[in-house]
Amino acid sequence: MPNIVVLVKQVPDTYSERRLSDSDHTLDRDSADAVLDEINERAVEEALLIKEAQGGEVTVLSVGPDRATEAIRKALSMGADKAVHVSDPALHGSCVIQTSKVIAAAVGKVDGVDLVIAGNEATDGRSGAVPAILAELLGYPQLTHARKVVIEGTTIKVTRETDEGLTHLEASLPAVVSVGEKINEPRYPSFKGIMAAKKKPVETLTVADLGIDAGEVGLASATSTVVEAAPKPPRAAGQKVEDEGDGGAKIAEYLVGQKLI
Amino acid sequence: MIDLSVDEEHDALRATVREFAREEVAPVIGDLYEREEFPYALVAKMGEMGLFGLPIPEEHGGMGGDYFALCLALEELARVDSSVAITLEAGVSLGAMPLYRFGTAEQKERWLPPLAAGTALGAFGLTEPGGGSDAGATKTRAVRDGDSWVVNGSKSFITNSGTDITSLVTATAVTGTDDNGRKRISAIIIPSGTPGFEVSRKYSKVGWNASDTRGLSFTDVRVPAENLLGTEGRGYAQFLSTLDEGRVAIAALSVGLAQGCVDESLTYAAERSAFGHNIGSYQAIQFKIADMEVRTHTARLAYYAAASKMLRGQPFKKEAAIAKLVASNAAMDNARDATQIFGGYGFMNEYPVGRFYRDAKILEIGEGTSEVQRMLIARELGLAG
Repeated sequence: MPNIVVLVKQVPDTYSERRLSDSDHTLDRDSADAVLDEINERAVEEALLIKEAQGGEVTVLSVGPDRATEAIRKALSMGADKAVHVSDPALHGSCVIQTSKVIAAAVGKVDGVDLVIAGNEATDGRSGAVPAILAELLGYPQLTHARKVVIEGTTIKVTRETDEGLTHLEASLPAVVSVGEKINEPRYPSFKGIMAAKKKPVETLTVADLGIDAGEVGLASATSTVVEAAPKPPRAAGQKVEDEGDGGAKIAEYLVGQKLI
Repeated sequence: MIDLSVDEEHDALRATVREFAREEVAPVIGDLYEREEFPYALVAKMGEMGLFGLPIPEEHGGMGGDYFALCLALEELARVDSSVAITLEAGVSLGAMPLYRFGTAEQKERWLPPLAAGTALGAFGLTEPGGGSDAGATKTRAVRDGDSWVVNGSKSFITNSGTDITSLVTATAVTGTDDNGRKRISAIIIPSGTPGFEVSRKYSKVGWNASDTRGLSFTDVRVPAENLLGTEGRGYAQFLSTLDEGRVAIAALSVGLAQGCVDESLTYAAERSAFGHNIGSYQAIQFKIADMEVRTHTARLAYYAAASKMLRGQPFKKEAAIAKLVASNAAMDNARDATQIFGGYGFMNEYPVGRFYRDAKILEIGEGTSEVQRMLIARELGLAG
């Protein structure tokens, strides 16, 4: 009966125009609709599948501003049992290392954790580093980029997918797993789930509650900061080839020239 | 004190269905529509989400929500596609709700759970080839023979009646005459596959092309006496109350289509350039979109008002008729304006607004024509004809 913590993050909807604030280049949270990051929906789904097969409990953990409760509610309406929400103005502008320290401390507040499941990379910051840093801080094995997770007793088996191929990993629980896009198809919450979610417990903590000094987190002491961000320049116009009966040959010539064939 | 705000849970449901429509329906519906294919995979997913059980209590396999939750789901679906929305609307408000409202404990236990789960669909057979608005002119007859009803007649334009997962049709039929010589109309549950119950090929329709609409014929169809739904002779009154609710649902669906026209037009107005500027910078386009927004907003308020009275248990017949009339007009007008904004592309099936245009017209006809709505409103104002 694994006791699972799922890390979730509220991010700006990729469907809307996302911006950084002018003043400190942190996320402009008012510029876009805020949603539960899709990869986190898959992390929650994987936790629920494990729970449905083997029992246990699923706790959602989020570090984020007050409005992140919407993302937490969504995870609870999908079927997670309870939530821990670390919300503190001091966290504004925290880097991945600071954030991971806070997450590690918050995981410590949940009794008897067997497994931490995260998405492999959020759609906003895209550092993709939190699961690994967290595993290091907790002293847990890290099984990242999972496309398949199997738990047998105290052993976890993960199939990791990379561009090069599949790697089969095995470790002892407790462990940190990060999941990729292909792990599963997340469920949509039902109305029953939505109604049930509002009765589920959400524990709200500040960094002080976690025994962390406010000066250790936030933009001022971050290990890295965003200096500037600009959209990619538009793609230059392509090369036009007039087909005068030899279009096929010209395309082949071009592809050979680019070493594509 | 007046409050038209939507509570947190209903709002979360709306957001969920919006995401479903955007992620699951939008990418596949164009092809299904063109091939006139019923969206089985989408219906299965909607079933898993519990959409078919929204207003049905949990003891019958539903979600324990209310009719307004169904309305919000319909609005968000129709924002993207009306075939999927009408499949849900007919499945719940015409297929499942009459059973829930008028069924015996045994009937509910037998039929409701699969309907609420969306694994089966129920249809409602009211309209006949010779009578649409004049529903009292029902010619289908059911005659009691021992422990059975024997049904003969035919029905037209019946949504969800011929899918692979259709489990039943509730058909209205004349079961006798009262002392004043008026027809006694009753509702009878006819399970799919009953001998003599034939379902015709799908109609070739102007719109709603991914939904299932068929004609039905009954030739000496024999069903057990216990398949009578509700009270013998009360079938007419029962379906009138079913239709009052259904009108609010169709109003919500119409608002969705009207909103979809606004969504698409806003996107296009920002992208499309003519005479050196985005067309959205021209007043001709701005005023059209402003008018579309006004119609959508007004129609939404009208259906919220009707739903609010309905959920409070107050009389809502007039408000339902007003909402249906206003919202279907808004849908038709917005579809016309949106296709105009899209110009030649608006006439192409590959753009959603062309589909919206084809899907809008039926909203002024189905579940009571606009003329019937005016009749009802006038009657509610005390004008007798």
